[in-house]
Parts: sequence; structure tokens; C-alpha cells
Amino acid sequence: MALPNKPLGELKAVRDPEVEEREVDILIVGGGMAACGTAFEQKKWSPDAKILLCDKAAMERSGAVAQGLSAINTYIGENTPDDYVRMVRNDLMGIVREDLIFDLGCFVDDSVFLFEEWGLPMWKLSDDGKKMDGKKGLKMGTLKEGATPVRTGKWQIMINGESYKRIVAEAAKLALGDDNILERVFIVELLLDANEENRIAGAVGFSVRENKVYIIKCNTMMVACGGAVNIYQPRSVGEGKGRAWYPVWNAGSTYTMCMKVGAELTMMENRFTPSRYKDGYGPVGAWFLLFKAKTLNGLGEGYVGSEAAQAELQKYAPYGTAAITPTCLRNHLMIFEMKEGRGPIMMDTVTALKDLGASVSKKEFKALESEAWENFLDMTCGQANLWCGTNTEPDKKNSEIMPTEPYLLGSHSGCCGLWTSGPDYDWVPEEYKIRYKDKVYNRMTTVNGLFTSGDGVGASGHKFSSGSHAEGRMCAKSMARFVRDNADFKPTISQSNEELVDLVYKPVRLFLEHCDYTTAIDINPEYLKPEGMMYRLMKATHEYGAGTATYYQTSTKSLEMVMDMLLMMREDCEKLAAGDLHELMRAWEIEHRIWTVESHLRHIQFRKETRYPGFYYQADYPGQDDENWFCFVNSKYDPKAKEWDIFKKDYIKIIPD
Amino acid sequence: MPSFVITEKCDGCKGGDKTACMYICPNDLMVLEPNEMKAYNQEPDQCWECFSCVKICPTQAIEVRGYADFVPLGSSIMPMLGTEDVMWTCKFRNGTIKRFKFPIRTTAEGAANAYLDLVGKDLDSELLSTQEADGYEMPKPLATV
Repeated sequence: MALPNKPLGELKAVRDPEVEEREVDILIVGGGMAACGTAFEQKKWSPDAKILLCDKAAMERSGAVAQGLSAINTYIGENTPDDYVRMVRNDLMGIVREDLIFDLGCFVDDSVFLFEEWGLPMWKLSDDGKKMDGKKGLKMGTLKEGATPVRTGKWQIMINGESYKRIVAEAAKLALGDDNILERVFIVELLLDANEENRIAGAVGFSVRENKVYIIKCNTMMVACGGAVNIYQPRSVGEGKGRAWYPVWNAGSTYTMCMKVGAELTMMENRFTPSRYKDGYGPVGAWFLLFKAKTLNGLGEGYVGSEAAQAELQKYAPYGTAAITPTCLRNHLMIFEMKEGRGPIMMDTVTALKDLGASVSKKEFKALESEAWENFLDMTCGQANLWCGTNTEPDKKNSEIMPTEPYLLGSHSGCCGLWTSGPDYDWVPEEYKIRYKDKVYNRMTTVNGLFTSGDGVGASGHKFSSGSHAEGRMCAKSMARFVRDNADFKPTISQSNEELVDLVYKPVRLFLEHCDYTTAIDINPEYLKPEGMMYRLMKATHEYGAGTATYYQTSTKSLEMVMDMLLMMREDCEKLAAGDLHELMRAWEIEHRIWTVESHLRHIQFRKETRYPGFYYQADYPGQDDENWFCFVNSKYDPKAKEWDIFKKDYIKIIPD
Repeated sequence: MPSFVITEKCDGCKGGDKTACMYICPNDLMVLEPNEMKAYNQEPDQCWECFSCVKICPTQAIEVRGYADFVPLGSSIMPMLGTEDVMWTCKFRNGTIKRFKFPIRTTAEGAANAYLDLVGKDLDSELLSTQEADGYEMPKPLATV
């Protein structure tokens, strides 16, 4: 057997990759729901512009919706955008950008209408109250024509969504044209203009299929690469590490790339630790809303309504005592039970199905069972297999639920992200508008010409798949306007091509230089493989950064310590090594993850209160301190001085209670 | 639940224009070993079990085995993706088998309307192209603070 000191992957990296230069008007970075929205909309407003989209994966199955979804969680329908703002505001403990949320509420249904037109099956209610799915649903007419969807909650509608992303990507690719799309190209750094201060000018990345570096100049750009996953040690640390709740390939690239060119971040302290079926991370929403299931503690008690739970919620008034308990506080109650020794927490699927079954025929019960399985098979196949492997039939055996490891995102029930401009309406406060040469560009970051959407936009959660798509479309229109208004801009990059190649391929060059020194490929004093760095990051966050190890608790001293660790991690990223193209992708992903986590913890460190009990606890500052902290926390990394600034930003209430 | 490739069934998509599993995997896990012309999952602990490779494989050579760290052996779930429906066969550890069929789309593949001829009119309004075409009226807050 040969010595194991050779590169492992099939696509070996070489020292000197080919370089391809491009210059476009509009660059779209990402290929998920938001980027597909931009791709669909862009040419309608920029018919003559040069447009390019770069996706790290294949659009047909990339992003958070790759596997499919069983519901669309934001459909305004008969509700008002005003009520949408109220719901999001309460769930996120009061501090949100009401302009962005209201604005999104005006567009989201239009994307839902398109999905249905393109072929996504929506469940409808028949005149006698029966659920009609698939093509049967179309007999009731379309949502656009006013048909009644099957609602599981006030904002959610049920779909047959196995092919959700394939359908949305199909329209996006048709609209943009294959010639304007580069798949398997991972953009890793953004580039500022050499002549103009704080102005985006391009990006650099590489192909994960061939040894090629892309240097792309642009007039304007949208970055939407999802949130951040696998940043904390997951509850499953073996093969099950991949069974993250959010897509495991989301590496914080949106936040890190924009942060590194100086874009202002907001509410990075916010995180999401969803309570899901344990280990398989199957969705619980339909079980609560559609099947009316209740959770029980280890003693078999419905703890949510108990006196102890109500007393606990009182501590977090007015949010804790609101009609709908915010997501973080529902987690808090669960954690409270577990810490008191009253775990594990079980979803009482048996009683729920028994109660539902009592009022329906055998045939209808069979349909209910099918709905329960579709809920998993459409979006979390692995949970279905966990049920099969453990002989769990939900009408016969209850399943455990558990809060997961932390995730960072801006489109689901979390709201970290970039500080962006709101729309240019008279009801939007001036403080929420970002101008470039006197003009406001909706969803532009604080870097001129740089836009974001979906998970990228901060302080505006609960967009989900439909809202992210709509927001991507809104960006398309803003970018079209930006290109029209700044047609004479000539992007100039200060770095030479060789400098950029050296930056992107540094892990490859380091590897090739040193890999023969030892007899085993992964252990070498001159470099570190991305996998090792991933474990280092996960261990540090797990133990010090309010991970599951401490029931999501951290303290001032712990934060101080983890900051030192992160500093050394960033330094050691200079020693990351990659022998093949897949590993080069992993090297850049871990770099992106580390920067994102650092900003998350800096924000937690700055906010001297516990705004989101159930998501994290700052032990030195328990509870909310509305007097001092009813405000946004924003931060900015200065790319020249290489320093962070972190500061309060006023919250402005727009929509009355 | 990492995907695995059945040696005998995988032909490396040699008759196709691309290796299907490698093309589709959102996390770049599936790779082709060019000498044997067989694919494999190069990083099973980063597999999201999204089943994209299973669904796209033209020879049904890819299946999944439950994650070693929490799924007892003996179960399997297998999809068959058609043009209108997906058929699932779910096999329990105790031998129970359940089959489900779910719709996946109501239009023919490739038929999504991309509105290729639609050109927006007023770039300075906030309306999206289809909203503008429909004469949608932009809501304003019913009341502000």
C-alpha cells in the first residue's frame, strides 16, 4: 500500500489554475430561493444588461429548499401586511425593521401565485371543507383567482412540495438563460473599487469542477448564499452531523463576504435553535397546527399550560404573556422542564391522531396518516427513515422533540443579517433609508452597489421560502435602477490577477508545498485541514459560545475566552490546506463560518441583556432590559483598519400595536 | 443517513452527458472514480440525506443507510420520482411496509412560464413586473405610529 500522503479527492487541485475574467453589469451570487427570484425578475427590468449568476451547487437542487418543503410559511392572502408586521415583531421580541417586513408583505403573494402557475401543487379547501391536493387542488381554481388554500396557521399554506426548488429553478434558469449562469462556482471574496470609497466592484471565486479561478467585475451585485450551519457542535457528531436542521452547506458566506468589505450587520446576536423531532430534525409545525398535537414532559404532563410554566412566562412579559408565545420562549419552557429534570419532551402524536381519527372515516384516517408521512418525506426524508428504523408509527408511539444546536439565519424564525435600506416611501423613516448619490435603493447594504436578500437581510425574519423569492425579485428591480443611474461606472480592482489567484488558491499552494513532509496527509505541522478547523470551531462555540453543552448559556468571561480562541482560529486559517477542489471549497467555507460566528458572539457580548431566552442566555445579564436595550445592535468591520466597530441603532416603531 | 452507491448497478452514467449524482448533489459529495467508472459519496458525514442523488440516478444505483449514530439498522425508504408524482416505499425495521404516492407538480417538466416577453414599464415604481402587468395597487400601512 502506498503511503497515505496523497490528495484524497477525485478532482486534484493544481498550483496554477486557469484564470477567467468576466465583466458584467449585474452579478448574482447564490442560487437558492432568493437568487432564483432575482434571476426570474432581472431581465424584465434590465433587458440589455449583462447579467451573471454564480451558484456553488446546481440550481435545480441548491439552497434551503433543495430537498423540498411541505408548506409555504408566508402567504398573506386574506390578512394584511400590517398584521404580518405585528406577528413578526412579537415573535422576535419587539426589535425588527417594520419597513422591510411590511414591504415584503406587499410582494410575497405574487411569488406564491407564480409558483402555482409554474406547477407547484397547492392544497385547497373544497366548498364542503375537504382538503384537495395535487391537481385536484386546481379544480378549485388558483390562489390568484381567490381559491381558498389549506391553512395550518394564520400565515402558512400546505403544498405538495417535493419538487418546489426544481420548479422555481426551472423558471429562473429559463428567464435568465443558461449562458448567464455558472453552476459549481463558489464566490469566496468580494472586491471593492480601487478608485471610489465604499463601492462594490466585483468578486472572486473558483470552480469546484475544474482548476479555474473566476475574477468578475460588476457594476452592482446581490449576495444571497443563505445562513450559517455547522457552526456549533451538533447534537449528532458522527455520520449524523450532516443531518443539520438547516442546509448543512450554508457556510455563513453571505454575512462573511459582505462583512469583509465593510457592510454593516444588524442583530447578529439573534440565532435560531428550533425545537424539532430529536435527531431526524423533522418538522413539528404541521403536528402542532394541522394535527393539533400537544407536547408532554417526561412525567406525561402537558407542561405548557402548567402553573410553573405560566409563572416562568410572566418573567418575560409582555412577550411571554402575549396571545401567541414567541418561538424563543416556547423553547425556554422546554429547556426549563429539561433542566428541572422533567425531560424528555415528547410530541403526543398518539393522542392527536386518536382524537382526529374519532371524527373521521377509516378512509379519511388513512389520508391523515399519509399527510403525516408526506410532511417528512417532502422535506426531511431522514426523519421518515428514523421512524422506520425505530418502528415508530405515530398513531402507536410518541416521538421525542428537542431544541437543536444554534443556527444563524435571517429568513426563517431568526433575524440576523445585513443592515439594508428600506423602500423609498414617505412612511419609512429616513434612518431606514440608504442613499447613493441622493437616491434610495431598496435592500442595498451600506456598501454602495451591494445588495442582499433572503437570509442576508437582517431584522426581518419570517420570510421563509416565498418571502425570500419575492425579496430576490425586489432586489432585481433595485439593481436595474442602480445600473441605469450609474451606467458610466467602470469597476476597477486594485489587486492583480496573480494576487487574487494566490488568495483563492492559497490552501492548495500551501498543501502542495508541504504534503510530502509527513507520511500521512492530514497530519502535518505546516498546515491544517479544513475538517480539523471545523471541529475546533464547533468545540469552542459549544463550550463557551452558548451551545448545547451549557443549555445555551454563556457569560462575560466565557465570551472573553472564546474571542481569544476565534482570533487564533482566524490566524490559523492562513494555514488551511486543500489537496483537491472539494477540500478547497471546505477550506473557504470554514473561513466564512469563523468570521460569521465571531460577529455573532461579538454581538452577544455587546448586548448586555438576554433578549431571546430559549435561544441563548447571557448569565451575567439575565432577562430583558428594555430601558437600555430596546434597540438594534449593529456592527461594522473596517476592511482598511481591520477593526470592528459595534454600536446601538435606534428602533423606530411604525405599525401601531 | 448517508447515501451509498451499489457497485453492480452504477455505470458511471457513461451513456449520459454528465454524472447525474455528481451534477445534482447540493453539497458536492458525490464523485466519479474515473478508472472504475463508479460514483461514491466522498464525505458521508456531511450528507443532508436530501435524496437528490437517489431521485436522479438513472440506474437506481443509489440508496441510503440510516446514520450509524442514531438510526437502528434494517429500515429503508426509497423514492421513485415520476413526472407528476413521487412514490415512496418505507420499510420498517420490523418488516412493516408502507407505500405513499404524493403529487410533485401539475405542469409538464420544462413548462414553467418564465414570462420571457414581459418587459417592465416603470422602473421607478416599486411594483414587480407581474404586479405591474396585473395593475396591482401597492398597499400602505393602514395606520402608523
